[in-house]
Amino acid sequence: MATAAIELKNICKRFGSIIANNGINLSVYNGEILSLLGENGSGKTTLMNMISGIYFPDEGHIFINGEEVFIRSPKDAFKYKIGMIHQHFKLVDVFSAAENIALGIESKERFNLKKAIEDVKAICDRYGFEIEPEKKIYEMSVSEKQTVEILKVLYRGADILILDEPTAVLTPQEAQKLFAVLRKMKEDGKSIIIITHKLHEVLSLSDRVSVLRKGQYIGTVKTSETNEAELTEMMVGRKIELNIERTEPVEPVKRLEIRNINCKNREGVQMLSNINFDAYSGEILGIAGIAGSGQKELLEAIAGLQHLESGEIFYNNPKNGKAENLRDKTPLQIKELGVRLSFVPEDRLGMGLVGNMDIIDNMMLRSYRKGKSLFVQRKKPRNLAEKVINDLEVVTPGPTTPVRRLSGGNVQKVLVGREIAAAPTVLMVAYPVRGLDINSSYLIYNILNEQKQKGVAIIFVGEDLDVLLELCDKILVIGSGSITGIVDAKTATKEEIGLLMTKSNGGASNA
Amino acid sequence: MLTTLAHFISASIIQGTPLLYGAVGEILTEKSGNLNLGIPGIMYVGGISGIISGYIYERSTQAPNPYLCIIITLLSALIGSALMSLIYSFLTITLRANQNVTGLALTTFGIGIGNFFGGSLLGFFGDSGSIALNATGAAYKASLPFASKLGLFGETFLSFGFLTYVAVVVAIIASYIINKTKVGLNLRAVGESPATADAAGINVTLYKYVSTVVGGAIAGLGGLYFVFDYIGGTWTNNGFGDRGWLAVAIVIFALWKPKSAIFSSYLFGGLYICCVYIPGLTNSDKELIKMAPYIVTIVVLILTSIKKKRENLPPASLGLSYFREER
Repeated sequence: MATAAIELKNICKRFGSIIANNGINLSVYNGEILSLLGENGSGKTTLMNMISGIYFPDEGHIFINGEEVFIRSPKDAFKYKIGMIHQHFKLVDVFSAAENIALGIESKERFNLKKAIEDVKAICDRYGFEIEPEKKIYEMSVSEKQTVEILKVLYRGADILILDEPTAVLTPQEAQKLFAVLRKMKEDGKSIIIITHKLHEVLSLSDRVSVLRKGQYIGTVKTSETNEAELTEMMVGRKIELNIERTEPVEPVKRLEIRNINCKNREGVQMLSNINFDAYSGEILGIAGIAGSGQKELLEAIAGLQHLESGEIFYNNPKNGKAENLRDKTPLQIKELGVRLSFVPEDRLGMGLVGNMDIIDNMMLRSYRKGKSLFVQRKKPRNLAEKVINDLEVVTPGPTTPVRRLSGGNVQKVLVGREIAAAPTVLMVAYPVRGLDINSSYLIYNILNEQKQKGVAIIFVGEDLDVLLELCDKILVIGSGSITGIVDAKTATKEEIGLLMTKSNGGASNA
Repeated sequence: MLTTLAHFISASIIQGTPLLYGAVGEILTEKSGNLNLGIPGIMYVGGISGIISGYIYERSTQAPNPYLCIIITLLSALIGSALMSLIYSFLTITLRANQNVTGLALTTFGIGIGNFFGGSLLGFFGDSGSIALNATGAAYKASLPFASKLGLFGETFLSFGFLTYVAVVVAIIASYIINKTKVGLNLRAVGESPATADAAGINVTLYKYVSTVVGGAIAGLGGLYFVFDYIGGTWTNNGFGDRGWLAVAIVIFALWKPKSAIFSSYLFGGLYICCVYIPGLTNSDKELIKMAPYIVTIVVLILTSIKKKRENLPPASLGLSYFREER
């Protein structure tokens, strides 16, 4: 076989104690599309960032056309004709497409935007892009912006293109258009690496598939010789025994009834469509899905933070037995009812806690409205802070330490501890163990189990399927904003959930 | 009536010129994403640097050469104000200090330097009396010899010292560089989205440093113009007043466009001086009218905020420091 356009040998990358990539081998040939498949956090993006010069590998070698290279910066990557299209676009909003494409290009010639526009048009004609070079970025749709990003790397003469989840933001039609373009580039002899976790895309587009799981290289298969089931198994692996205690639900009562909710994000993209489910008290309902499939919107909708296009959310109030419609209520009223959102977003401090304030003040964020006097009461929050520190074993010099200085796991404990302290009836947690070590994770699981025993309805958004299967009673699988299935966690398998997660929009059926 | 109008126009241009230097300097700085509120202080330093060097030169010779007067004072004003903005750049770009705090501190510092040296310069040399650099002042004020022969037109538009015209030329050049060259494209990208610029291989730090230092040096010329051309080579403590802040207001009023800054500066200059041309005003009335430029700026801010046309908004990363690792 010919020399690979790019070949990775035994690449390792660590961030502190976390091993993001371990002994990865990969090769792409000219005129080939390689899919890089893996769950969230399996190290796909880290690996690609090493090829594009954002990170530098701790170990291993990179070869381009058979010669070893060292890529230390994005500039080096350009030199080796590698172009990466990031998930989050790097574009200047007030510039036109052509200005963005021409940005930072070093040439001895006088700056000539007209020539740049002509060059861009030539590339467009060659690959079948449709774009107005003089249109401003802020007037463009997401798909147009992506086109500009691709043009940017092509304009710089890239031969190796890396696309990080390019279809995550596109409609199916736009995705088909993109695939047509990618196929044309392939015919043109370019090497393309596409990061994705949508199996049907992998099967329809790529020549070969490489699979990563938890930072490990699992293997590479030819697309023509594989199928969805095999790929899913490679991606999620066999079930691992975790031994998380799962208690039987205590007298489950319908607590939340979600009926046909629909919602759009600010760009007008449908984020949730026709979501229907019930959450019972004394039960942990797990939500599984690829990141960005609508989990955040769903939780926010229940907490009253999302505007709903249509649909109802009923809350069966245990105090008076009445069903109340949460859609008519403000977030504050919903909170008073005992519906608690303990949201742990990607950036831990972003929501829920104020980094520069100490633990006591952060406790006070939930209680400052209660006092009647002019001054805030610090005594109760102080007791609460001390209780949370003791009960949840928060490692901190004291309750007056700014939250920002705590380690990630301890920050999460403070957040969860505060929400639990308010004796909620519904507790929603998203990725509560992200970035935590095993012990802290188990502590959080135990807290959730305790709450379950107390009859709280728990909604748990997680990313580790093993954990979801061990901890939850039911698992709701969400894909592209619709429910692709609700399974019983006691009998379901990882493969089953994996398939549901990657199920495309068209095959969605509501449970 | 026509004569009064002509006087008013020429007075507006005279008042507007130091503002124009300040505004163009600040626009250049802000295009790189640096909000330099030290501009008023930097303009004071530009003025006093010129005064100090001019004083030393005039004191050393019996017959000062007008060209040497200009070269010496001009260079020292440029160096003095560039050093001030270098302090700002080091603090905000390299050490990533808060831009607002740094800028305000620099303004206080610059005004202090100006007043300190302005008040004690003669004492250092054992001289008495007050600063009066007549030779340098005359050199700066020298206008085209035929201007006075052209009647009202010459008097209104051609009777100024060379720095008045240089200001317009600098503004036009700045506009050309920002909008028409590759350097300008890169600079705007740095101010809008430094992460994008960085990924495109642009040296963000270098661009921020150069544009801030050059911008500061240009602003310093405004102070120089004031001390030599406007008040003829003398110094009064706090004489430059709040013109530095007016320059910062013009940046907003001109929507970060150097060419618009030309007319905005003259307009603000006119508003600043128009109380003199309206008969029958009491002192408090005059102070009220002097507020006009600020009110106009607030109105412009309100209008642009309502319209929210993207091109008219300040550079998107204005006031933020950039650190590559914070992705």
